[in-house]
Amino acid sequence: MRLHEYQAKQVFADAGVPTPASRLAETVEEAVAAADEIGYPVAIKAQVHVGGRGKAGGIELVENAEEAREAAENIIGMDLKGYHVRTVLVEEAVDFVNELYVGVTMDRGEGKPVAMVSTKGGVNIEEVAEEDPDAIAREHIDPAFGMHPFQARKVVYDAGVDRNLANDVARVLQTLYQLWDDRDGSDVEVNPLMITSDDEVIAADAVMNIDDDALFRQPELAEMGEEAADGDELEQKADEYGFDYVRLSGNVGIIGNGAGLVMTTLDLVDHYGGAPANFLDVGGGAKADRIANALDMVFSDENVDSVVFNIFGGITRGDEVAQGINQALEQFDEIPKPVVVRLAGTNAAEGMEILNEDLVTVEHTLEDAVQRAVDYAGEVDK
Amino acid sequence: MSVLVDENTRVVVQGITGGEGKFHTEQMLEYGTNVAAGAVPGRGGQEVAGVPVYDTVHQAVEAEDANASVVFVPPAFAADACFEALDAKGLDLVVAITEGVPTQDMSRVYRKLQETDTYLVGPNCPGLITPGVAKLGILPGNIFSSGNVGLVSRSGTLTYQVVDNLTDRGLGQTTAIGIGGDPIIGTGFIDALELFEADPDTHAVVMCGEIGGEDEEEAARYIGANMDTPVAGFIAGRTAPPGKRMGHAGAIVSGSGTGTAQSKITALENNGVPVGDTPEEVADHVEDLL
Repeated sequence: MRLHEYQAKQVFADAGVPTPASRLAETVEEAVAAADEIGYPVAIKAQVHVGGRGKAGGIELVENAEEAREAAENIIGMDLKGYHVRTVLVEEAVDFVNELYVGVTMDRGEGKPVAMVSTKGGVNIEEVAEEDPDAIAREHIDPAFGMHPFQARKVVYDAGVDRNLANDVARVLQTLYQLWDDRDGSDVEVNPLMITSDDEVIAADAVMNIDDDALFRQPELAEMGEEAADGDELEQKADEYGFDYVRLSGNVGIIGNGAGLVMTTLDLVDHYGGAPANFLDVGGGAKADRIANALDMVFSDENVDSVVFNIFGGITRGDEVAQGINQALEQFDEIPKPVVVRLAGTNAAEGMEILNEDLVTVEHTLEDAVQRAVDYAGEVDK
Repeated sequence: MSVLVDENTRVVVQGITGGEGKFHTEQMLEYGTNVAAGAVPGRGGQEVAGVPVYDTVHQAVEAEDANASVVFVPPAFAADACFEALDAKGLDLVVAITEGVPTQDMSRVYRKLQETDTYLVGPNCPGLITPGVAKLGILPGNIFSSGNVGLVSRSGTLTYQVVDNLTDRGLGQTTAIGIGGDPIIGTGFIDALELFEADPDTHAVVMCGEIGGEDEEEAARYIGANMDTPVAGFIAGRTAPPGKRMGHAGAIVSGSGTGTAQSKITALENNGVPVGDTPEEVADHVEDLL
C-alpha cells in the first residue's frame, strides 16, 4: 500500500524530518488560498500514485496568484497516466543548491534491508541504478540489530556527501530507517532531499510504501491508505470483495485459484492467440459466494467477451466452486458472456456432477478450456 | 528415493487445534504421514485426531522425537512459531504454510535461519510431498505418483497443474516441494536443486518459477555450473504488465527488465534448461530428458 506524498510527508515531519510548508487542496479556490497563505513561489503537485509526475504535467511551479489559479485548474481533475487527480499539494518552493536521494528498502535477494544514499538525487533513481549503479552507496542492515549510527554515517560518506552536511543527512537516513522498521515499510524514500544555500536539508518529496501483509498492526496507516486508494472502479470493487485483481487490456476474462496458476492461464490465453482481460485470483478455499462475486466482477468489465474458469483444487473444493458458478449464472435469463469451466483436484468429480451444463461449457484440460474461451472471444470480435 | 521427507519423518504440527491445523493433520495422517505431536500454547494434554498436543515445540520434540514441523499459525504469530521451531534442537525441517506473513518478520526469521542447519520451507507454500510415503502441508495427495522426477515450484496450484501433466504421462515424482512465492522464503530453488542433484533416485527435475525477483536467474546459473541431473523449466507471468503485483507478494515486474519472464526463460535456456510454453510442454521436455 502506498501513501500519497502529503500523507507520507506528515509521517516524516512527525518523526522529525524537515519538510517544506504545505497544504492540501481539493478545489482551485482552496489551492489559491493555500498559495497566498504560504507565500510565492509555490509548487502545485498532483496527489496520485504515479512516478514522474513533473514530466507528465502534474507539478507546476508558480510565482503569483494568477499562475496558481491556472496551474490548479490544469492539474485538478486531469488524467495523469490513467489516474484521476482529485487533490493537489500546495507547497513552499525550496531554493536549493543541491539534491540527494535517500532511501531504505528490502533487498529480497539478501533477505535484509538496505539503506541507500546518492548524490544523484532529483531524478528517476531507478534509471541511475541501471545506468550508473556505483552512483548509489548501499549499506545492508542486520534486521536483528537495526541500523547502527555508524552505518548511517558510513553510507553517507561512501556516497560522497559534503562533509558539512553528513551529520544532517545521516540523521535523516536514520529516521527513515526507524520509520521503515516501526511502520512496516517496504520502501521509504526521500527524492529529492534538497540542500539549501544555508546547508539546510529539506525533504521535497516523500515516498512511503507499506507492506500490505503488515497492515493489521498499522491501523493508522491502513486508514490513510483507504483515503489514498485511487484505482479504477473495478479495482476498487475487487478490494471490497478481497480479490487479487489486475485489469488488463484484452477481452478474455480469467478466474482461477492461486497466483501462479492464474498467471499461467493468462499466458496460455496469449499463447493460443487471445488477449487476457484481467488477472483474478479467488485465493485458497473459496466458497460458493466468493466464486459468484468473482463472476460478477468479470461480467462488470465491458471489455470481456468470454470467461474461463480454471480451478485446481487443493484447499479449494470443486463442489463449492460449481455451486458458486450455478448460483451466479442462474439469476440471468440469458448468460451475458460465454463461460468455460475447467475443474480439477479436490472434489472435482463432485463439482462436475453439480455444475449446470446448460449454463457453461465444460472442458477437462487447461489447454482445451483456454482454447475454447479464446475461440468464443474471437467469434464476438468477428 | 526422496529428499527432505521420508518414512522416518516425524511431524509436530504447530497450531494443530485451529481449523486448518486440524483438517490438514487429518489429511496428512490419512496420507500416511507420521504426525507425532501437536504444539499449541495452553492446549498441552489435549488430543487432536489421536495426536497428543503439547504447550511448546520443545516439549513435543522431547516427548515424541519429532524431527520436522508444519506451521499452521495465523500470520501475526507465524514468525514467532518459526523462531520456536528453529530454536528446538532436533528439527531438521520446518514447513510454514501460513499466507500473509509480514516481510520484515520473515527477514528476521531468515536471519535466524542462517545460524542453523534446519531447512525452512515457505512461508505461504503448499508444503512438500514424497508420493506414497508422506506429505507435509496442504497438497492434494491423490494427484501425485511415485517415480524419479523431482519438482520445485514457487506456486502451489501451478505445482498441482504440472504434477497432473506429469502423472498423466506416467512420470512419477521423488519429492515435490512448493517453496512459496513470497519475497523472502527459507529454502530456495538452489537449495532444492542441490538436494535433488545429490539424490540418486531423482533422474530429472522440474523447476517452476514466476516473474519477480532474480532467484530463477541465479538458479539457472547454478544449474549450468553444478548439475548433471537434467532440468526442465516453466515460468509463469509472461503476459504480466510491469509494475503490477500479480497475487504473490514477489510476483511484480520492475520496469527495468530484470525479473521478467523473458529474462528468466533466457537464463534457463542459456544454461541448458528447456522451458515449456505450457505445462503440457514441460511434461514433453521431461520425457525427452529421461
